[in-house]
Amino acid sequence: MKCQHCDKTATFHITELTHPDGPAILHLCEEHARTFFNQEGPAHPASALTNLLSKQLKLEKVTEELANVDKKQCPMCGITFAEFRKGGRLGCPYDYIAFEDDLEPLLINIHGATTHSGKAPHNLSGTPQRQFRLKQLKEEMKDAIQKEQYEVAGKLRDRIASIEQGELLENDDPESPLADDDFQSEPLEPPSDPQST
Amino acid sequence: MKLEELAQQTGEWMRGNGPESDIVMSSRVRLARNLADFPFIRKCTPQDRAAIAAAVRRAIDALPLGSETEFVDVSKLGDLDRQFLMERQLISHELSEAEGARAVILDPHERFSIMVNEEDHLRLQVMQSGLDLETAWKRMNELDDLLESKLTYAFTKKLGYLTACPTNVGTGLRISVMLHLPALVATKQIEKVFRAFSKINVAVRGLFGEGSQFMGDLYQVSNQMTLGKSEDQILQRVSEVIPRLIEYERKAREFLVEESRDDLHDHVSRALGILCTAKKISSEETMHYLSKVRMGVNMGLIDSVAIPTVNKLFMHTQPAHLQKLCGQKLSVSARNTERANYLHQHLSENGGADPKRN
Repeated sequence: MKCQHCDKTATFHITELTHPDGPAILHLCEEHARTFFNQEGPAHPASALTNLLSKQLKLEKVTEELANVDKKQCPMCGITFAEFRKGGRLGCPYDYIAFEDDLEPLLINIHGATTHSGKAPHNLSGTPQRQFRLKQLKEEMKDAIQKEQYEVAGKLRDRIASIEQGELLENDDPESPLADDDFQSEPLEPPSDPQST
Repeated sequence: MKLEELAQQTGEWMRGNGPESDIVMSSRVRLARNLADFPFIRKCTPQDRAAIAAAVRRAIDALPLGSETEFVDVSKLGDLDRQFLMERQLISHELSEAEGARAVILDPHERFSIMVNEEDHLRLQVMQSGLDLETAWKRMNELDDLLESKLTYAFTKKLGYLTACPTNVGTGLRISVMLHLPALVATKQIEKVFRAFSKINVAVRGLFGEGSQFMGDLYQVSNQMTLGKSEDQILQRVSEVIPRLIEYERKAREFLVEESRDDLHDHVSRALGILCTAKKISSEETMHYLSKVRMGVNMGLIDSVAIPTVNKLFMHTQPAHLQKLCGQKLSVSARNTERANYLHQHLSENGGADPKRN
């Protein structure tokens, strides 16, 4: 049998099960097989990731749902899920909180796991929740100044300073940002059903 | 430290000693880390990038590390210098080609490097000659602890170290072993091995040359999963796989000898002959023949050349190295002539043998 790309003998007979249109059978010579394996290989992690993402999302979500997921936006850095999907790179640490439900199936696909096990830094104050809380407080302070509520602004300033100096928040690393007692501002996206994945 | 000084030395990972060094070139451990106070790189403003580089520099200067290492501003380097650092695997293609503030902190002995503003704010890597993942990880862990004492990393208990790409989240750990597998290539078994390995979630890719061009029969084996397994477990996993690959390569070499020792001897000797006598030679062709020579030396078929010399030539015949070593920019054609000269000098009868060989 000849290679389907040239006149050489096909020595590789590949059945590709992950092909989007069902199993595909390929007959390739050694050289073309090499090219084939390389393009499928992990040489370009970003493109492999976007492929994985689009495959997975197509499988699991209907178009309408997909469009809704794509519109989701991180309140911290402003990146949309669609932008992440295209580039394969997140915009800020808070994306892991903002897109938690949508990233979870992806993490399972890549790592076969959803929780970290292993080393942790001694300084645990680098949580995205804390960064987000600081951003909120700073906005509130700016707002208070604009409204000439200087006493409120002063209190907020002190609160910001103490958080910046490493004061531990009550729920510094909660399962969900909404569990934080400190969390007074309105959530920026409608709370979705936590079971919906 | 000048980059020219680096060009003269071989660097840790090309030393060619350490366990299993006839097949394993080097062990490499990488960690991805991000500072909690900044967005990931794609959302960084030019000011953010500059602030990250400055924060990392301050942190390192506050440690003994500061006086022992060189902080290199990659945005100020010319094309040749950037390519030179890439050929030495001290910086990545991504860091070399990026725009804006970015840097690399270099250990003068090239046992580690720290990239700043690559895909993640920090990419730490530790290199060790031969197969020695334990030592590489131990040194990496110490380096990480040092930096962590001065910097606040983006981290949650649930997901671990947060990274720009979800493929690195958790430990942020990538363990890679670079292997020289000429006999598996010659016996056409390499694709089969690749496929077997991808099933157990270990990635194998060619080194040197972008994408599909695998040069010099050098392959890198690394873990794919970073989340859910501890650093030790990941280390364990890669450590289990490598001896099998080494065994496959050794068997393939035995097979080549059994098939025809004379043919093999002829094959590797001709490779050496071409390298010694060519008047113009490309870097691809050089890698191709150097690989055969390396196998010939390791199998006792060539004794006029020592392994450290071969390893050095792998590096020194790369385009940027060649130009650094001769101190001027050269056209492709002039490089091919210069490369042939360089090879001739180092491989001809008295040039290549190293009396201290292993």
